[in-house]
Amino acid sequence: MVHSADIWSAYVAEIVSLTEGVAAIVHDGDTIAMEGFTHLIPFAAGHEVILHGRRALILVRMTPDLIYDQLIGMGCAAKLVFSWGGNPGVGSLHRFRDAIANGWPGPLELEEHSHAGMANRYLAGASGLPFAVLRGYGGTDLPAHTDTIKPIECPFTGEVLTAVPALVPDATIIHAQRADRAGNVQMWGIVGVQKEALLAAKQSLVTVEEIVDSLDPKPHDVILPTYATNYVALVPGGSHPSYAQGYTFRDNGFYQEWDVISRDRDTFRAWMATNVLNKVSAV
Amino acid sequence: MTHTYSADEMMTVAAARQLHNSQLCLVGIGLPSTAANLARATHAPDVVLIYESGTLGAKPDRLPLSIGDGVLADNADTVVSVPEVFNYWLQPGRIDVGFLSAAQIDRYANINTTVIGNDYRHPTVRLPGAGGAPEIAASSKEVVVVVRQTQRTFVERVDFVTSVGFGHGRGDRERLGLSGAGPRVVITDLGVLEPHAQTCELTLVSLHPGVTLEQARAGTGWPLAVSERLDTTEPPSEFELGVLRRLEATKGARCE
Repeated sequence: MVHSADIWSAYVAEIVSLTEGVAAIVHDGDTIAMEGFTHLIPFAAGHEVILHGRRALILVRMTPDLIYDQLIGMGCAAKLVFSWGGNPGVGSLHRFRDAIANGWPGPLELEEHSHAGMANRYLAGASGLPFAVLRGYGGTDLPAHTDTIKPIECPFTGEVLTAVPALVPDATIIHAQRADRAGNVQMWGIVGVQKEALLAAKQSLVTVEEIVDSLDPKPHDVILPTYATNYVALVPGGSHPSYAQGYTFRDNGFYQEWDVISRDRDTFRAWMATNVLNKVSAV
Repeated sequence: MTHTYSADEMMTVAAARQLHNSQLCLVGIGLPSTAANLARATHAPDVVLIYESGTLGAKPDRLPLSIGDGVLADNADTVVSVPEVFNYWLQPGRIDVGFLSAAQIDRYANINTTVIGNDYRHPTVRLPGAGGAPEIAASSKEVVVVVRQTQRTFVERVDFVTSVGFGHGRGDRERLGLSGAGPRVVITDLGVLEPHAQTCELTLVSLHPGVTLEQARAGTGWPLAVSERLDTTEPPSEFELGVLRRLEATKGARCE
């Protein structure tokens, strides 16, 4: 799986609109990772994918939550590769459940892992390796249902470990606090698996709260140099109802409301029509 | 002691007492997180709380709503990536206590958080899935489970093994190559269970005050083993209850 050429052909991230960025890197049938661990979830970019009417996507994420529920409910996804699918602090994802139980609005194939497995799959992708090795899944029922979990013998000790294949998304989209005008991206707080997911992907888009002249250091910050990313788009509030530490608060009330909105297909579609499909983009 | 408390409060207090100063504790969200934060706010101020979102030594001043709550990053010893939590901290055996909950738990303390029903493709109830639990259960030096005890949660055999307790009994963990010792204790709203030293079967060792053995049996989906010496759990102190209630009142409070 050679994809280094794709990464290194873009030495400088191009600053684009959200619409341009999504149009450039998300196509029907693509494998797409939109990562974020409660914090910095790229909601606005997910909405843009829905607006573009993308279909048959293979959606990848450790913790699919509301934005993946919306993508699934709007018929964008054919498959979900994941390790924990829920509404954090609230409960279940009803569109995700409806797709599994009733194939609505279409069938949803599952490829289910643990967090350790998914994290290592991104790590292998970012490292240009075909698979990752970990001590994982031992004795669980996951390998019986997921064919991307296989035993592997250590060539040095003979110990039986677990192998999981690299994740190499066609595109990874993440949200970060800010970028400078040269396209260097800075994020801080809980940074999850976003760096690995971005470096694993063939192409990438980072939406940011702010574009600034220079990036002064922040505690525990992660810098993604401009040559790590293809596109940067300015999208203030782009992680709402998730949050961007230092910029926005998590809208905990919305996560509760989503439980009600998403329970019923018609209520869900009406909400999407009003708040996503017919909403005029501010960007 | 004449103060009143709920069964959930008793459970959370009993679970908090399982943690000690200086232990590295990997905390699941929900009941375990409440209990771990109660421990830190009472008898174990130096317990190191680690969340799979990457916060090491989290020091939240209110209860986090999720494992990615910003309050966990504020004042943490450090914030690392998710791969680092699993590969550098959990997998080599640096975590003393894995603190988990369950949708189902069985006789040998195996945990299910994946599906209810025996057909994975067509489940009766689709649950969120594994998250970090399989490897937390495998590689933590020991595991503490907090779960409400009912016929629905305490089943003879879990519908899906998401995280291994003792498999089918003694010796299974070793055969599977799981490095940690497995569940040391299961705390419920009715009492406390521990794996039997020989068989690893969960055995009732303590009932919470006011709970009868019949209630514990009625909340268990298999013939419940009972320890020869059955204790009564020390009720929550006014201090423990006061701190717990103050913490609960802060849950989900706005954070940056």
